[in-house]
Amino acid sequence: MIKNWALLGVVFVLLSIATIIGQWLRRQTSLGLDQRSVNSYNSRVHSWWFFSAVLGLAFFQPLITVVLFGILSFWALREFITLTPTSMGDHRALFWVFFFFTPMQFVLVAYDYYAFYSILIPVYAFLFIAARVAISGDFQRFLERVAKIQFGLLVCVYCLSFAPALLFLKCKNMDGEYANARLLFFFVTMVLFAELLQFICGRLFGKHIIAEPIDTSRTWEGVLGGAVASAIVGLSLFWATPFPYWWQAGAMSVLIAVMASAGALTLAAIKRDRGEVTTGTLIEGHGGVLSRIDAICFAAPVFYHVTNYFFGVSVTG
Amino acid sequence: MITETLLTWTARIISGASVRWVDSQPDTCQRVYFANHTSHLDVVLVWSALPTEVRQLTRPIAAKDYWNSGPIRRHLAKVFNAMLIDRTKIKVHQSPIDLMLKEIGNTHSLIIFPEGGRNESGGIGEFKSGLYYLSKKRPELELIPVHINNMNRILPRGEFLPVPLLSSLTFGPPMWLEAGEPKTEFLARAREAVISLKDR
Repeated sequence: MIKNWALLGVVFVLLSIATIIGQWLRRQTSLGLDQRSVNSYNSRVHSWWFFSAVLGLAFFQPLITVVLFGILSFWALREFITLTPTSMGDHRALFWVFFFFTPMQFVLVAYDYYAFYSILIPVYAFLFIAARVAISGDFQRFLERVAKIQFGLLVCVYCLSFAPALLFLKCKNMDGEYANARLLFFFVTMVLFAELLQFICGRLFGKHIIAEPIDTSRTWEGVLGGAVASAIVGLSLFWATPFPYWWQAGAMSVLIAVMASAGALTLAAIKRDRGEVTTGTLIEGHGGVLSRIDAICFAAPVFYHVTNYFFGVSVTG
Repeated sequence: MITETLLTWTARIISGASVRWVDSQPDTCQRVYFANHTSHLDVVLVWSALPTEVRQLTRPIAAKDYWNSGPIRRHLAKVFNAMLIDRTKIKVHQSPIDLMLKEIGNTHSLIIFPEGGRNESGGIGEFKSGLYYLSKKRPELELIPVHINNMNRILPRGEFLPVPLLSSLTFGPPMWLEAGEPKTEFLARAREAVISLKDR
């Protein structure tokens, strides 16, 4: 029990520091900082507060956490499909995607039915969408339209659902009933923190931009520095994780940081392609829910499976 | 009252609409909101996007053949205070324009869709002349262009189940019929006002 409060306390302190830095940056007009990136930093901190509050619930009610992630998923998918043009022929397929596959995935996660939820979308939904769109009889740019729906469903629903699935993952070294909630808390904290550290390192040391047309602020130095800094933070949180040795928490943090950057960059490419980054009117704020969870979407399935592979009770259920 | 709140919120949730007022403010003065028409939900959507006190004074114009068929639609039409116009029986001596003006008196505002019917492609069709005759008879009414984006994907023509994508609703600055302005020019200008809101 003491570990739970300690973890909550540490995160609260880190968050407060990040918030104070954000407010300080906002007032420093003389430093010549790009106001957009300061705003983006601040909105990242805000979403981090939100996630921490949600995850606080995970300690008491895993089901509520699954439901909240389900709602997030639904909303992100909604934004994703709004961004990608679909045609009339996709309407019925989209209806199934929104009202059957998305809720079903989270129901299965809540019942810890790994054997089914791990293949529901990659196998059944994947084939269903293609067939349903074909039934509609519209063959214009068929493959492109099908792929867009499949990608959206995979990233926004399937990948994200592995975050709440951590609540039901059985590891060898788990002590007490809250160990799973701490694992999820550790994971989400590390993803959000890695993104902040990446941002800060990129500001301080950034020279070589990874993909300038897509994201002008993401640099190799930022990603590497962010990964190293996350490893240090991960190490210091090692006591809260089910990993037996301290270096493993660090290695996992590096993995999370790299996947988080990959996710943010990929989703940025999609948004850039649709021109929604600067001019969009359909999605409010800084790209909405989708850009807040992009890093989690990429990191969650990898973190889940790597943890299961090395520390799980049985290799896949 | 309960159905009203329920209906507003359902419309807002299904359409996920972000509402923006560009160079324009919500006001209870007499106005004519005119919007592009792409889906059956448009009527409810524009109406529910207005602030409560404005909404209570605003009457959408809706097609009688659609909203008068079946008890649920008829009840809904009553809830959002729709003025049902028979599209099939428009005659010179009982023009719907006179009927609208009589109904709104000196207090109510109107929501109209000047394209006449829903536009399938998502583009904006030519405007019918109703808007012109309306402002010719009451030139002091403020005309507010409204642009509805993405609704044709949420509930396309011929579908009955909506898909919950996001849409946006933009209210533009008021315009009026200029003295002596020809009909076609005015209608083109009004259509242009709606189109220009798309990228604002």
